[in-house]
Amino acid sequence: MSYHVNEKGYYGEFGGAYIPEMLYPNVEELRQNYLKIMAEPDFQKEFNQLLKDYVGRPSPLYFASRLSKKHNTKIYLKREDLNHTGAHKVNNTIGQILMAKRLGKTRIIAETGAGQHGVATATVCALMGIQCVVYMGEIDIARQAPNVARMKMLGAEVVAATSGSKTLKDATNEAIRDWINNPVDTHYIIGSVVGPHPYPDMVARFQSVVSEEIKKQLLTHEGTEFPNHVIACVGGGSNAAGAFYHFLDEEKVNLIAVEAAGHGVDSGESAATSILGKEGIIHGSKTLLMQTKDGQITEPYSISAGLDYPGVGPLHAHLFKTGRAEFIAITDDQAMTAGMELTKLEGIIPAIESSHAFAVLKEKQFQPEDIVIINLSGRGDKDLDTYIKHFNL
Amino acid sequence: MNRIQQKLQEDKKLLSIYFTAGYPNLNDTVTIIENLEKSGVDMIEIGLPFSDPLADGPTIQASSTQALKNGMTTEILFQQLKDIRKTVSIPLIIMGYFNPILQYGVEAFCEKCAEIGIDGLIIPDLPVDVYHEEYEALFNQYNLINTFLITPQTSDERIKYIDSISKGFIYMVSSAGVTGAKNSFGSAQTDYFKRIADLNLNAPQIVGFGISNTETFKAATQYAKGAIIGSAFIKFLKENGTEKTSEFATFVR
Repeated sequence: MSYHVNEKGYYGEFGGAYIPEMLYPNVEELRQNYLKIMAEPDFQKEFNQLLKDYVGRPSPLYFASRLSKKHNTKIYLKREDLNHTGAHKVNNTIGQILMAKRLGKTRIIAETGAGQHGVATATVCALMGIQCVVYMGEIDIARQAPNVARMKMLGAEVVAATSGSKTLKDATNEAIRDWINNPVDTHYIIGSVVGPHPYPDMVARFQSVVSEEIKKQLLTHEGTEFPNHVIACVGGGSNAAGAFYHFLDEEKVNLIAVEAAGHGVDSGESAATSILGKEGIIHGSKTLLMQTKDGQITEPYSISAGLDYPGVGPLHAHLFKTGRAEFIAITDDQAMTAGMELTKLEGIIPAIESSHAFAVLKEKQFQPEDIVIINLSGRGDKDLDTYIKHFNL
Repeated sequence: MNRIQQKLQEDKKLLSIYFTAGYPNLNDTVTIIENLEKSGVDMIEIGLPFSDPLADGPTIQASSTQALKNGMTTEILFQQLKDIRKTVSIPLIIMGYFNPILQYGVEAFCEKCAEIGIDGLIIPDLPVDVYHEEYEALFNQYNLINTFLITPQTSDERIKYIDSISKGFIYMVSSAGVTGAKNSFGSAQTDYFKRIADLNLNAPQIVGFGISNTETFKAATQYAKGAIIGSAFIKFLKENGTEKTSEFATFVR
């Protein structure tokens, strides 16, 4: 069983590039060049240098002793929250901005939901002095004002997506339309392991630095490269793709993907795509997505804007279908409680996305000798308002 | 011979109209088709609305959203069209994104189209290669013609490949961009129209995207076999309702 993309851009039955002909030249140019460019020594050098000096990598692998004691197992946190801009998203935007430069592109577009990917994109555009346009749903702009301000400070133009439900999926549609309208000079920095091939593979490779580091760091801590469990939250799935990547072929490592159940999987307000979704096409990829029986894409719900996506990357659809990864759905309340527990026990306020991963500790009983890695994908500063409201702080 | 192929043999420039099924009102579909035929339109593209129409500009997006709000579904569209061949004889094409067709079942969809008398499909996000490998035989079995798009960025080599598997016409997208009306074409468009004409393709070309009035229709059909009007017709529907649709074709020609 292979968990990597094949030459046609599929993970098992998922993936591909279901795009209008207008996008074919852009996507084809990227497909033909991405692996070649990523393999170039000067690309590698610049990428690694920026990850080290600008992002602050390697991010620590931290043994969370009080959390471990509480849950009677050995818990390590991969501290992606300590990256510049506060989340794992920047690993990908650094990679893609260097890719865009080598493809001769002079204009960058991106979509964003909560604004984390938008900020990470605006950041690297400021760093490189490249024009940046970020599409964001009108509703998200209203509820994520600080990130909108950050993007503007960084020189990006934030364009409101006013079509459809005015959230992440519509922002993605608008970014794709922009790319159709500007096929020559523009590169589209997709923020997750979604979209047409080669995006899911390219983004997973840029994020794979996370599991590459985990292996090295765990060897120092525990004398083995392989944990028993790796836990990560999944919206589109980029932080999970990064955390799983170098363990995909190591069947002894149990992979746990955590989806947002919102108010409950059966509540009608959920983003648990693997349970509620059905095979279909979204944003150029064949994958699992939430839709009506008529094939209209439906609006997901989660307290966490970063998990609020009606699809899931094709790699994850494949991991679900083959049973390689275990999928667990966590509700808003479970996530918030777990986020507060981490804060109290370890002095770390997690992004609510990441809190979903921590909630698994209560749902599953791990063995005392098990090594459990949780990918702490982002910090919680952006979510203070939500924490304040939820806990009446 | 399929109705599309017959129509393409006529010695005239063809006017094709796109509209979104279920817009402005759920049950306008048949009236719009009948009025358009009476007014001398040569071919009609019936848009199956989709929640996330990636290749469409604001006008068609808004009409799709409204059509879905009105309650349009694949099943209802087929119901509305079931007797269409009793009154309408021009080629009818269903244009829609792939996901709703996939959920209906591609074979069931084709079967239903054949039963009603639909002549072809345009599925913008079904890639040429996937069609060729997975669905071509099925489309042939139901005598449905699939139409592919080309753009100013499509390489000559790829255009020739697309030509080789096209059984009807090639949908020539006028300029880099999503759907939406323009008032005139620049020299880049005319050069592109001419470049494609000079390739001497087997399949006739029909130009779409940006055709809105007599001027753009004439410019587009100077080199191509015909032109498709979409957004401009949707705007006309919005302003005038369905009663006056028969005037639209005269307004263009």
